[in-house]
Amino acid sequence: MDLLNAFIAVLNYVIVPATAYGAQLALGALGVTLIYGILRFSNFAHGDTMAFGTGLTILVTWGLQAMGVSFGPLPTALLALPFGIALTALFMLGTDRVVYRYYRKVRAAPIYITMVSVGVMFVMNGLTRVLIGVDEIRFADGERFLISAREFKTITGLAEPLAIRSTQAITLVTAGLVVWALFWFLAKTRTGKSMRAYSDNEDLALLSGIDPNKVVMVTWIIAAALATTAGTLYGLDKSFKAFNYFQLLLPIFAAAIVGGLGNPLGAIAGGFVIAYSEVAVTYAWKKVAMYLVPGWTPEGLLQLLSTEYKFAVSFAILIIVLLFKPTGLFKGKSV
Amino acid sequence: MSTHQPSAAKGGKWRAPALFGALAILFILEGTVSNAMFSGHWDNALGILRVGLISAILALGINIQWGYAGLFNAGVVGFLALGGVAPVLVAMPPTEGAFEAGGWGILFAFAVAIVTLVIAVALHQRMTGKARGWVVAGVLVLGFFSYRALFDPAVEAIQAINPAATGYLGGLSLPTLISWPVGMALAAGAAWIVGKTALGLRSDYLAIATLGIGEIIVAVLKNEEWLARGVLNVNGIPRPWPVPYETDLQQDPAFLERMSGLGMDPMVGSTLLVKLLYVMLFVAVLALLLWASQLALNSPWGRMMRAIRDNEVAASAMGKNVTGRHLQIFILGSAVLGLAGAMMISLDGQMTPSSYNPLRYTFLIWVMVIVGGSGNNWGAVLGGLLIWFVWIKAGEWGPLMMGLLSQGLGDGALKEHLLDAAPHMRLVIMGAILLLVLRFSPRGLLPER
Repeated sequence: MDLLNAFIAVLNYVIVPATAYGAQLALGALGVTLIYGILRFSNFAHGDTMAFGTGLTILVTWGLQAMGVSFGPLPTALLALPFGIALTALFMLGTDRVVYRYYRKVRAAPIYITMVSVGVMFVMNGLTRVLIGVDEIRFADGERFLISAREFKTITGLAEPLAIRSTQAITLVTAGLVVWALFWFLAKTRTGKSMRAYSDNEDLALLSGIDPNKVVMVTWIIAAALATTAGTLYGLDKSFKAFNYFQLLLPIFAAAIVGGLGNPLGAIAGGFVIAYSEVAVTYAWKKVAMYLVPGWTPEGLLQLLSTEYKFAVSFAILIIVLLFKPTGLFKGKSV
Repeated sequence: MSTHQPSAAKGGKWRAPALFGALAILFILEGTVSNAMFSGHWDNALGILRVGLISAILALGINIQWGYAGLFNAGVVGFLALGGVAPVLVAMPPTEGAFEAGGWGILFAFAVAIVTLVIAVALHQRMTGKARGWVVAGVLVLGFFSYRALFDPAVEAIQAINPAATGYLGGLSLPTLISWPVGMALAAGAAWIVGKTALGLRSDYLAIATLGIGEIIVAVLKNEEWLARGVLNVNGIPRPWPVPYETDLQQDPAFLERMSGLGMDPMVGSTLLVKLLYVMLFVAVLALLLWASQLALNSPWGRMMRAIRDNEVAASAMGKNVTGRHLQIFILGSAVLGLAGAMMISLDGQMTPSSYNPLRYTFLIWVMVIVGGSGNNWGAVLGGLLIWFVWIKAGEWGPLMMGLLSQGLGDGALKEHLLDAAPHMRLVIMGAILLLVLRFSPRGLLPER
């Protein structure tokens, strides 16, 4: 029984939240890795793209709610998401036209384009603040729990509760669908194949008649969709605050690099590696230890690092990977 | 970076003096003319100038890294914050009994941590075979737990000492000026750790690693209360050497006499004098740094750095150790950032870790360097002063303009929202400035020769 309780505690406090967080990071890292693979620069504006897209989605959500539209047990934000994606994609395409296209034409150094993305980051950060403010916003509505703690306890009779919030389930389902769609697109469609070809070898791709403008355009649209989805899911699961999204940049980059920059599969793996380590290292293991070793009450909380240092975990993993395997766990590009 | 910019700067050798002259006029206008755009108070002008000078030093540090070597440091805020710890550790009075209670414990814990790392690295280098990974991991885990076993009680003991007022180690009660080189050393140490791992790999890995170390240093300052009280803030850090306190001046008969001779209110006079002294002190530091940077840039060493920046392959073919030089310059630049951090905290007189915002302290500095002219030390100084002025004033002009624009609108939610949002417009303005300069004038206001 104690073993089961320990397992449920780990499930409840580590595995379930880390899986949802990992899926959100994976979607973010997919966007970063895709831009890196095809446009060949590290996009510092990605965190703010997520914030911007989520901000738009929240505005549409409020509009829908004001009109009395709801999505039954699911959050209204999911209905608003396509609108948020479309608007963000339009903005990204506009940004590419006004800003990035020139640097592709003159073949500027990647680090220079990264610098340019810092300018875009500033603009998007400011626009998000103007649009929706700096305060914390909770916009999840609909059913709160898939399994609530009390239900679980009465059904199983265990001492430990297990709660699965509906936002966590929605995150997993949505992320799964998005990843499936992305991989299907990349593997099966003509445009997807040309994107992969362009990413592998630009010159050869151009030689075989692939239209680079189309590839770039589709990349931005997909990146906008991934960023907005990741941001909205994160916001539903926790809350929306523009600055937190900026801070997500570090775990997202860490995930993309750990997986191997430019490798979509690696980005997903990296997202989960980062999320599980972050949650496991900052979780207080006291309760689990007490179940596993009967009669032992540890003095401390058995917490390796306090939660404020969760960024240190992504950083440490990043450094370890850079030291021992700079191309990432799955082979990524290195320019 | 000098990848694509053909046109030479217009104006030749008069360009720099003209631009600095224009900048001076801006500050003079701020001090004398009172209208919608300028405040007309010397107090404000000097206040902006003081922080502008620190920004110029920060820009100089970034210019050393980016302009000389093309290294993208996205963690300026971290090095700045680390430098800011120095005034707390050096100039504050020690907390009675804190060192006896936990100081030795913490030092011992650090020693254990360092020994663990050294052993792990040595084992990793010496051992071969399958067992290596497990042994190294075992040493690290064991070391971590012994470190925590020593560290946690020590921290608790320190934080228990009068937590409302102190609860931290305190400093050494030394003059504040001494903390400035200490701040440089702290930032240089952090830069060594980051540079050692992230340099020599792809160029944007450094950017991402520095982004990480920046966030972590700020997180450490917010949470480690034994060090600098965390978010409880340390107040009353003594001022650096020549700067007196206003209240002391107002009680000094010699000062009062001189003020009445000038026909000036002693209250106004004392604040002006204090600000002026800060400005002079900072100008002296800036001048020294500028002189040293110019000397370095024009020396054979500087030529080598630029050669590496412009063509790493060619430079390494000529026998230059590219990664080694990069590490050197990354540490040098970060030391300058640490100096600016220490100066800023000595100016503020308090350590408030929650105020270290990456947009303001990392990316705004980048705008300064790019606008001023990367690779040109004078350009970095110009950019630092100018962008800081614009940043401060844009915070005031934004709402003003929004008020004018929304005059036609009736009172309502939209107007209110626009007025609330106006201060954030300066982020958009800064982004637009950065993008415009990168696109149309990538060499900045004062291009590299």
